[in-house]
Amino acid sequence: MKLLRNLDKSSRRNYFSYVLVTAAFLIVTFMNQGGMLNKKMQGLLVPVCCYIVMALSLNLTVGIMGELSLGHAGFMSLGAFTGVVVSQSLMGVIPNEPLRLLIAILCGAAVAAVGGFLIGLPVLRLRGDYLAIVTLAFGEIIMDIINCLIVGHDEKGVHIIFNFKGDKSIADLNLLEGGTAIIKGAQGAVGTKSISTFTGGFILILITLFIIINFVRSRTGRAVLAIRDNRIAAESVGVDVMKYKMIAFVISTTLAGAAGALYGLNFTGITAAKFNFNTSILVLVFVVLGGLGNLLGSIIAATVLYILPEALRQFADYRMLIYAVVLILVMLATNNPKVKNLFAKIIPVRRKGKGD
Amino acid sequence: MKEFEKGKMVPVPSHSIIPERDIGKTPVLECVHLGIEFGGLKAVDDFNFTIGKTEIAGLIGPNGAGKTTVFNLLTKVYNPTHGTIMLDGDDITQKTTVQVSKMGVARTFQNIRLFSDLSVEDNVRVGLHNQVKYTPFAGVLRLPSFWKKEKEFHERAMDLLSIFDMQDMAATKAGSLPYGAQRRLEIVRALATNPKLLLLDEPAAGMNPNETGELMENIVKIRDTFQIAVLLIEHDMKLVMGICEGICVLNFGRIIAKGTAEQIQSNPEVIKAYLGNSKEG
Repeated sequence: MKLLRNLDKSSRRNYFSYVLVTAAFLIVTFMNQGGMLNKKMQGLLVPVCCYIVMALSLNLTVGIMGELSLGHAGFMSLGAFTGVVVSQSLMGVIPNEPLRLLIAILCGAAVAAVGGFLIGLPVLRLRGDYLAIVTLAFGEIIMDIINCLIVGHDEKGVHIIFNFKGDKSIADLNLLEGGTAIIKGAQGAVGTKSISTFTGGFILILITLFIIINFVRSRTGRAVLAIRDNRIAAESVGVDVMKYKMIAFVISTTLAGAAGALYGLNFTGITAAKFNFNTSILVLVFVVLGGLGNLLGSIIAATVLYILPEALRQFADYRMLIYAVVLILVMLATNNPKVKNLFAKIIPVRRKGKGD
Repeated sequence: MKEFEKGKMVPVPSHSIIPERDIGKTPVLECVHLGIEFGGLKAVDDFNFTIGKTEIAGLIGPNGAGKTTVFNLLTKVYNPTHGTIMLDGDDITQKTTVQVSKMGVARTFQNIRLFSDLSVEDNVRVGLHNQVKYTPFAGVLRLPSFWKKEKEFHERAMDLLSIFDMQDMAATKAGSLPYGAQRRLEIVRALATNPKLLLLDEPAAGMNPNETGELMENIVKIRDTFQIAVLLIEHDMKLVMGICEGICVLNFGRIIAKGTAEQIQSNPEVIKAYLGNSKEG
């Protein structure tokens, strides 16, 4: 009986995540249609969705698998540029924008999955700080490779060249008449038709939540949690550590790729430098402040901390100061037992059912 | 809670957890010239040892004699530098820890290694990992096989927990269990892997005489119920002499005596190892 109640408690929390996301979506859509959002806020809607998905997916690696990854933005960029190339080259074939967005996201996710697998092979053999350092390096390597990428599209299909020596340009693609350049090396993707929608972002968040919640509460997820808790014991009961870490890592990078594709297709132009170390750290901050393994926390932290710097723009010089203060307060609120107790007193509902 | 502390064993767990096995006298484990060197230091040397299919055997010796190293060799945490290990007729010398676990060697640890953030039931479910299977895909999409197999997970986990009367604790976090219960949970988790050979590393460490007495009964009952071999490392001589049918004494990585409790107790080498030049033991 106690087990049933416990299960219910954790399902309740999960359902609450779905409900919260849906409610937030409906409210924001309503506000948007009522003209209550200014242009700047409208522009933030899709990126916020992307960063929520990024935070959720990184939470799978950092919170649930327990390994620190500092190269998550690299997988986002794989997804972003794949998404842009796919969407731009299919423009003639599939005029339907939502469908093209879906295909672009799937392709971005697939490429990020392959990237995650290849990078996971060497990286997941490491642990702790070493893994963090190597993922950081891979994040930067992906960024540099994409910086060298020149991609164009014409009637014959997609042309890709790598500009490793810095002596190539769009002209070297030898595009036919009417062909367009999609990615121009360090200039990044230019002239992209923006097709991402807030609805798309909302659906992606729901799918991400669904995948991660179900994954954690399955045989595979338990194996991953067991490895996090005690690797040696997990091996002793026959859990293949490498295999299950790989599954979790690839799911994580796949979702990051999907978020990247959505992100890349939200702007008319985007550069590889956007997905640098700082972006990885930003997402990590969302995850850590939201609470390791806490999906709802990731969603809230990503939303608040992404919108906050923009909302504070009117305070000009004091913007980052306030941002820092909020970061510290959130850390206190989530980790300090005194503050936690205070919250518990203010919100007594949370304590219910814990007495037995 | 109090009832649980007693650690009583239920008479016979249901049949679903009793594996079928032929109960012969043939050995389940044979070590031949097993040895490992760490940079010239022979931690275990020329270890020749056999355990029958339903035998309870003890491995004793002073501190640092290499007992836990033997366990680590048997579970392939370390790779032996010499010799072979045969499990039920199969050579497991070149296998990995995971493969050895799948082939039927389960262990507990000297310093308890539970999945402390997981619930008691989930600890056992992880132990059942290779007994009940479905794909990650089925898990994420919640296909019918997920529901069916999760039900099986639950039933088998509860059956196993009933060995130590721990069903009531199923939802508790493993890390917050009292010490004795954590030791028992480790044994349950090891049994969940459906082993042929159960290795217990100091199962009675930190237990009072009452608890040790119950543990002795339980080890014998586990052997009788599951028809498995048990090899245990223990410093509590009452336990070792009480239940072990064969005892092996290690000192400085070498076997100095093998035999029954009486033979060991009167062996001059053993007395010297324990009482002679060393204060340890």
